[in-house]
Amino acid sequence: MSMSDEEIFEKIQEVLEDALGVDEDEVVPTARLGEDLGAESIDYLDISFRLEKAFGIKIGETEMFDQSVLSDAQYVQDGKVTEAGLAELRAKMPHADLDTFAQDPQVEKLGDVFTVDMVCKFVKSKLG
Amino acid sequence: MRWIWLDRILELEKAKRCVAIRNVTAAEDVLHDHFASSKTNTLGGYNGSATGCAPGSEHPAYLVMPNTLIIEGYAQTAGILTGHANGFREKVILAKIGKAVFTGLSATPGTTIRHTAEITHLDERGSSTSGVVELLDPADPGAEPKPLATIEMMFSHIDQNMQGLAFPEENFVFTDQFMDLIARSGV
Repeated sequence: MSMSDEEIFEKIQEVLEDALGVDEDEVVPTARLGEDLGAESIDYLDISFRLEKAFGIKIGETEMFDQSVLSDAQYVQDGKVTEAGLAELRAKMPHADLDTFAQDPQVEKLGDVFTVDMVCKFVKSKLG
Repeated sequence: MRWIWLDRILELEKAKRCVAIRNVTAAEDVLHDHFASSKTNTLGGYNGSATGCAPGSEHPAYLVMPNTLIIEGYAQTAGILTGHANGFREKVILAKIGKAVFTGLSATPGTTIRHTAEITHLDERGSSTSGVVELLDPADPGAEPKPLATIEMMFSHIDQNMQGLAFPEENFVFTDQFMDLIARSGV
């Protein structure tokens, strides 16, 4: 039986509450995992593990949060992701909304893309 | 893991469960230093019993295993479980304590702490575990173990999560000390 968007969101809300120790009302679609919910690098692995269990899916190491582009010199110039890098990010993370980031693609701002809404879209694509 | 905080492994079921014990003894300095004797010590007695010391009087040291070291014992139990799952080929590092909730009971000298860790998730990147820590009292061998804590803990296989870092070839986590513990436990 397929899950509704609301059911997916509620489960993700629970996963993020448990993984990050945040309150339910903090986990809103626009919340950024790092900046707003305090996720650190190891938390992304924890979130992956918990999502796999909660939804019965398998998530590859860089499937949901792929930052490998940032360590590739051909995709980064002067602290910004290049057009080619943006295309690579879009290809690797179709579930991420990169439009705002693309306007000022500073490397350190890529974390802003990792929102609760992005996680919802990713899980939906996996379940779909 | 370069020091051993467990006495014996009782059960080791591959990729599922590990049970280990740690005896608490008054011979350990850490117990005397955790809540040292003090005139200003305002702590109560052991597990709810009164010490009979008047406020402001000289209290003896309050001998109890620190909760941080109980967590270390669980970490070693769950770390061995995670390492054993892959034949100790991976370097298993404690990555995150998701939860550590203590009941308030004290692990005092003469008691035994029993750690039971179970794997809830295991893949090439690491593991998630959850478990219970219980207190056994040899003075009351027929009694049920008393709950000390519930713990959730994650481990990373660091060679699989290197993020640009390089680590030594040898497995510096599972040293001979750990292999000796497993061997002498007969599991």
